[in-house]
Amino acid sequence: MSEEPVSTGLLSERVEDIEIHLLLEGLYRRYHYDFRNYAQASIKRRLRQAREQLGYRSISALQHDVLHDPDMLPRLLSYLTVQVSEVFRDPSYFKAIREKVIPHLRTYPSLRIWIAGCSTGEELYSFVILFREEGLEQRTLFYATDINQDALAKAEAGIYDLDRFQLFTENHRKSGGKSSLSDYYTAAYGKGAFDKSLRNRVVFSDHSLVTDAVFAEMHLISCRNVLIYFDRPLQDRAVGLFKDSLARKGFLGLGSKESLRFSQHTASFSELAPGDKIYQRLDR
Amino acid sequence: MSDRSHQALPPEAIVIGASAGALQALSELLPLLPADYPLPILIVVHIRPDRDSVLAHLFQSKCAISVREAEDKEPIQPGTAYFAPPDYHLLVEQDHTLSLSSEEPVFFSRPSIDVLFESAADAYGEGLTGLVLTGANQDGALGLKTIVDAGGTAIVQNPQGAYATAMPEAAIAQCPQAKIMTIEDISAYLLDLGRNHPGRNSRA
Repeated sequence: MSEEPVSTGLLSERVEDIEIHLLLEGLYRRYHYDFRNYAQASIKRRLRQAREQLGYRSISALQHDVLHDPDMLPRLLSYLTVQVSEVFRDPSYFKAIREKVIPHLRTYPSLRIWIAGCSTGEELYSFVILFREEGLEQRTLFYATDINQDALAKAEAGIYDLDRFQLFTENHRKSGGKSSLSDYYTAAYGKGAFDKSLRNRVVFSDHSLVTDAVFAEMHLISCRNVLIYFDRPLQDRAVGLFKDSLARKGFLGLGSKESLRFSQHTASFSELAPGDKIYQRLDR
Repeated sequence: MSDRSHQALPPEAIVIGASAGALQALSELLPLLPADYPLPILIVVHIRPDRDSVLAHLFQSKCAISVREAEDKEPIQPGTAYFAPPDYHLLVEQDHTLSLSSEEPVFFSRPSIDVLFESAADAYGEGLTGLVLTGANQDGALGLKTIVDAGGTAIVQNPQGAYATAMPEAAIAQCPQAKIMTIEDISAYLLDLGRNHPGRNSRA
């Protein structure tokens, strides 16, 4: 082969793409937060937002401050991990949990439920309320995990803007709610605060689906709209973690546009409620 | 072959954003495209988040090209139109697969046209053609500018013939380089894009 001029392919890589790669690598090596296998289009969008709103000229400038100042980390994480959910989001999912999963769970004397990637807690409160209405709350331990400490703190506070509660109430009703959602929160000063008794059986904990391991045996894992942010290999890791964390015949619930169809673990699960993306671990 | 090497790179994908009046406008475009249309078409229509989308279903029966609702991690195929599902953003990855996201709405919209257009501009660069059609808000304007900045082509439906004018007007204001066309002109343009495309399996 004759000598070629420097590859234009490499040179044409966009500076911003290089910066994003370096920032994510730095974030992992400095703080052990691993976004390297997240779906890149959405990460790029949120890093651009962070750069703009935090007032940086470039991603590299942002990277400099994040690497040197640990106080910057939570601010950046709030951009990288913000996910907006609702209480009883996708009511048909919770209706399917009530009608198809709860009858199985009733047969156990004690239950462990994992809300993985619980973000600011909307999904957690949905589950605790549902379990209270079904008479299972007192024998259940709920694990709510996320990598974002600020989000976990909000989940633990259970306080949301009052104008969201109209939607929450409507969702709860459509999910087959057996009481009024207003039984579970107090409204004041433009906020709605969920009753602290809803947290009696909840353990909040920092856990990463990317880097951490199995921590208990679960009867139900709900992980909604988290896998869509992962690339395929990372989706496989997370689903493998769920598989290993589930008791025999345990249940896994995903987001309405997520599926195990392309997962390397698909053969380990059966579809309990295909339209609502609820799976059951096969007994092998 | 030697001719082609002197030409610009062939177009690779089309993105379309539409809101109020979208069904009518898309009904005048998509059914005209032949089954062997060589480009993929990614579409965001603003729809209510709490309803199952019937868009893909509706257009599949009217169209020769394949039409479906986009799925997470799906590789993008030529000759296929993908609709963003209700309540999810649709994005394009560098490797030309699709991904979904439930990040915050943009201009109260999820799916958002801007989110699709910006990610597709990153993935396709000058190979992308973006279309902003009828609509009553400003979603899509910034995304269309991103497409032009990345070397792609911008087309806006002529507001005079549009059911709702705000969205095309916002796109033109943000992106003055955009070609302004009637729906008939846009149809002819899309057909030409396909006809002249080297990827088309015409008489090989």
